Amino acid sequence: MRPFAYERAADPGAAATAVVDGTDAMFLAGGTNLVDLMKLGVARPATLVDVTRLPYDRIEHRADGSVLIGATVRNSDLAGDRGIRERFPMLARAVLSGASGQLRSMATTGGNLLQRTRCPYFQDVTKPCNKRDPGAGCSAIGGGHRDLGVIGTSDSCVATHPSDMAVAMAALDAVVHLRLAGGGERAMPLHDLYLLPGDTPDRETVLEPGDLITGVELPPPPDGAVMLYRKVRDRWSYAFAVVSVAALVTTEGGGSLREIRLALGGVAPKPWRAHQAERMLAGHRPNRELLLAAAEAEFASARPLPGNEFKIGLAADLIAASVRDLTGDLVGEERR
Amino acid sequence: MTTLDKVVGGAPVRIDGREKVTGAARYAYEYPVPNAVYVWPVQATIARGRVCAVHGGAALALPGVIAVLDSGNVSRLHPADDAELAVLQSADVAYRGQIVAAVVASTLEGAREAASAVRVDYDEQEHDVVLNPGNPRIFSPRKANAGFPGTLHWGDAESALAAAPAGVDATYTTPAEHASPMEPHATIAFWEGETLTLYNADQAPWMSATALAALFGLADGAVSIVADHTGGGFGSKAVPRPPTVLAALAARAVGRPVKVAMTRQQMFPLVSYRTPTVQRVRLGAELDGRLTAVWHDALQQSSKRVEYTEQTVAASRMMYATPNSHTAHRLLQLDVPTPSWMRAPGEAPGMFALESAMDELAYALGMDPVELRVVNEPALDPESGLPFSSRNLIACLREGAARFGWAGRDPAPGVRRQGRWLVGTGVASSTYPVFTMASTATARAEPMGRFVVEIAAADIGTGARTALAQVAADELGVPMDQITILVGRSAFGPAPFAGGSMGTASWSWAVSKVCRALVRELDERSGVVPPEGLQARADTTEDLAAQGRFSRHSFGAQFAEVKVDVDSGQVRIERLLGVFAAGRIVNARTARSQFLGGMTMGISMALHEALELDPRFGDFTNHDLATYHIASNADVRGIEAHWIDEHDDQLNPIGVKGIGEVGIVGTAAAIANAVFHATGSRQRDLPITLDRVRAAMYTG
Ligand SMILES: Cc1cc2nc3c(=O)[nH]c(=O)nc-3n(C[C@H](O)[C@H](O)[C@H](O)COP(=O)(O)OP(=O)(O)OC[C@H]3O[C@@H](n4cnc5c(N)ncnc54)[C@H](O)[C@@H]3O)c2cc1C
Ligand code: SF4
Repeated sequence: MRPFAYERAADPGAAATAVVDGTDAMFLAGGTNLVDLMKLGVARPATLVDVTRLPYDRIEHRADGSVLIGATVRNSDLAGDRGIRERFPMLARAVLSGASGQLRSMATTGGNLLQRTRCPYFQDVTKPCNKRDPGAGCSAIGGGHRDLGVIGTSDSCVATHPSDMAVAMAALDAVVHLRLAGGGERAMPLHDLYLLPGDTPDRETVLEPGDLITGVELPPPPDGAVMLYRKVRDRWSYAFAVVSVAALVTTEGGGSLREIRLALGGVAPKPWRAHQAERMLAGHRPNRELLLAAAEAEFASARPLPGNEFKIGLAADLIAASVRDLTGDLVGEERR
Repeated sequence: MTTLDKVVGGAPVRIDGREKVTGAARYAYEYPVPNAVYVWPVQATIARGRVCAVHGGAALALPGVIAVLDSGNVSRLHPADDAELAVLQSADVAYRGQIVAAVVASTLEGAREAASAVRVDYDEQEHDVVLNPGNPRIFSPRKANAGFPGTLHWGDAESALAAAPAGVDATYTTPAEHASPMEPHATIAFWEGETLTLYNADQAPWMSATALAALFGLADGAVSIVADHTGGGFGSKAVPRPPTVLAALAARAVGRPVKVAMTRQQMFPLVSYRTPTVQRVRLGAELDGRLTAVWHDALQQSSKRVEYTEQTVAASRMMYATPNSHTAHRLLQLDVPTPSWMRAPGEAPGMFALESAMDELAYALGMDPVELRVVNEPALDPESGLPFSSRNLIACLREGAARFGWAGRDPAPGVRRQGRWLVGTGVASSTYPVFTMASTATARAEPMGRFVVEIAAADIGTGARTALAQVAADELGVPMDQITILVGRSAFGPAPFAGGSMGTASWSWAVSKVCRALVRELDERSGVVPPEGLQARADTTEDLAAQGRFSRHSFGAQFAEVKVDVDSGQVRIERLLGVFAAGRIVNARTARSQFLGGMTMGISMALHEALELDPRFGDFTNHDLATYHIASNADVRGIEAHWIDEHDDQLNPIGVKGIGEVGIVGTAAAIANAVFHATGSRQRDLPITLDRVRAAMYTG
């Protein structure tokens, strides 16, 4: 572990300056991901700028039904917030399905969005990894990749973004608020925060050094929306998603879907909003056949590897099961 | 003596429980040792070859760095049976992750950072790390671990299989697994002249001290191990492992006390693991279920430096009556770390295969799997021809069936649906041999009615300290709180390890013997304790030699109910019920924990644990507890352990068989059998992950 300096930022401007001016400086929030990576030698900052005292620790429910979640709100506080539980239950579910109680009490909104992949080679500095060391090669493609991505990946990297919270936020059309290093502010859909790996898997987001996430805004959910978050994993607690799905639907007379939003975790380098599937399903009364066709269309551009091909079928089954459970309309049409 | 109620057989709380939950109990790394420095290993990044050069200059230039150690500047060790202990003794690299150098520094973090600055040049050679059944170097070892024969036959299994009206022929696999005890391996080492003191995370204080004295060429007794508390081991701390040797070497090199604490990642290559197995089981049976042949072959791996053969087929030799038997181990030595003991070596993987095959046979015969086991109950040990000292497998099966509600079970697979779940139940037998080793103990009466009992036992969280205090209390006829029981120190004299489920069986014998001797001496003095106290010492070597010839084993039966999610293929344990026959249960509270702990580890084995080899690099890709999964609390539902009252007078005087391992044996088969009952597809490869379940249900 490289010796490092620790600073506690007094205000957002000072935080940004410290990171922009410092050599190898990084923001530190809960530290649950960054400090692990420092111990492993994956991250080697010379300075940590602690952002947890900045004034972004509130959850603000607004009159129009939207909510602004501060960047330093702890994951456990987010999951326990009454308004979140009542009006955005899939988000509370998603957060609670991640990590452990101790970790969630430390982890923050901003840190959760920017946590790094769990690809085992990324975390092992003795093995090649393009994300850690551009141009070194990807060990996962020809090696252990069962838990990695099937869509949105590239020949240089197949890592997944591991967050559960971000998947639910993607389905909720979240908007990320930034304070730019230079001092300005910017808001962008969560979807646009993340970059696909392409030839530069080391570039994971559009953020520049010193850009600070200040909060995440969720617009009010559509009237009559029902939603769920379902996480499939290799044990019943304390494991990252093999595949997860965040689903939101509104229905109209006759049981057809007025609106449907689907986001998938565990399959892609970012929370994967299944726009293609959504388009095929909206306006229709869903049945298993149509749902599977929609999933198939969504994954038409998938590039699975031998060890993780099963994720496509699993994701399709989860999409179908989620709509079944949200509409209560497909009982008896489960997978045989 | 007195009329005090006996405490053996009761359920007293752990005498060190309060110390542990308040943090007062000291584990190896926590002893305050003045002037200590820290050693951090540099691990090989190739799987086979030689170290050409270790460049320590950059590391030495960092603040606080005291030394960079490599094979050129540490003490020479004496050859050991376990070549893994030859730490830094040559430039050869036998596996990826091997210790090839180390940094000693004044802080832990400084040592770690400096270790990453050490550059090692290698002459890399091609490695062979895959347990490939087609490898021509596979051979049949003469002996397996614990002295079991490598291969054994009786009758003519091939002919019997060919003639059998019913049978099974199936291949089962189990992956490499890692013990991953809660307390990472840790040591503090310091030298005073030619004596070495080690605070060590250790299951075997006396045996480890003896082994290390030989390794360092020291006089008997020159190595002193202190292991007052050890946070689990499951076999990984039952013999010295490389980190302990490194600490001692480093302490000698720098002339100061040295501390080492493994990170989780370091533990995976350095403190042993369970071999993967590829097992083929063939059973032949009459239509009434009686076995005519048992044929079991297990292919396993070891390192090229050490021939270690897990005794995987051993249980198939004594479990069921059969006139024809062929059981064999085969071994492939690879460029990997040496596998070693992990809870129930042999029985855990072997009984997964045998007990899955028995379930398959029950289906082939249309017979209830409990009854199939009952009709194959042997009168004598089929392997040795010896009578069993006690064998209550049938009682466990019957009691378990009654408690579980097995009666009336519809055997049809894949038909019970509850919403999105398929439901099934399964059963399997458990067994584990009764091992006992000679032990010594000391007991001292002190004025004012107090007693001190000393024995080089290890309490690795099992409750051994408490159980031994109970035994002493009964023998001395005093309440437990008048006894100080001291364990965990090699200086207390010869005693076996906390391993092979033999700890309590062996130690309690010595404790009982020494307490009786002390009582006799006290009686001779009419109970008057002289001011300097009165001491007795006992050794059970001769008592063990005088034991009758019997086949001694624990038995058990485990019943599982699982649900399988048809959306995802996830398996959920709804209930897991074990009934065991393991002789006298000294402490119901700690015994229940042992059984439940074993069964929980069995759940992990069934559903979670797998080290994933990357053949290109030659090591395990998953090497932390986020990626090497063991059962979490949420995976353990409806778990129950019971035991039957078993009186066996052919054991030690207390009548105990040992309970540490039988609980993990058979669990995975019971779960796999339940998954078959639920889904209709057989899972012969562990762990039963959701992708395997999906493949079997939806494409298989
Ligand atoms: C054992 C384990 C299991 C886990 N399981 C799960 C799981 O199942 N599901 C899941 O979703 N997650 C899981 N996690 C991950 C956990 O959710 C993340 O570690 C956590 O959310 C990170 O938040 P943090 O505040 O601790 O981030 P930190 O570690 O402090 O920071 C992470 C990154 O974000 C940057 N950063 C932090 N805040 C800001 C900001 N405001 N603006 C700009 N940059 C910022 C930091 O510089 C750093 O690069 C697990 C973690 C562990 C250790
Ligand atoms: S998948 Fe990405 S993170 Fe993993 S080894 Fe390849 S490049 Fe590195």
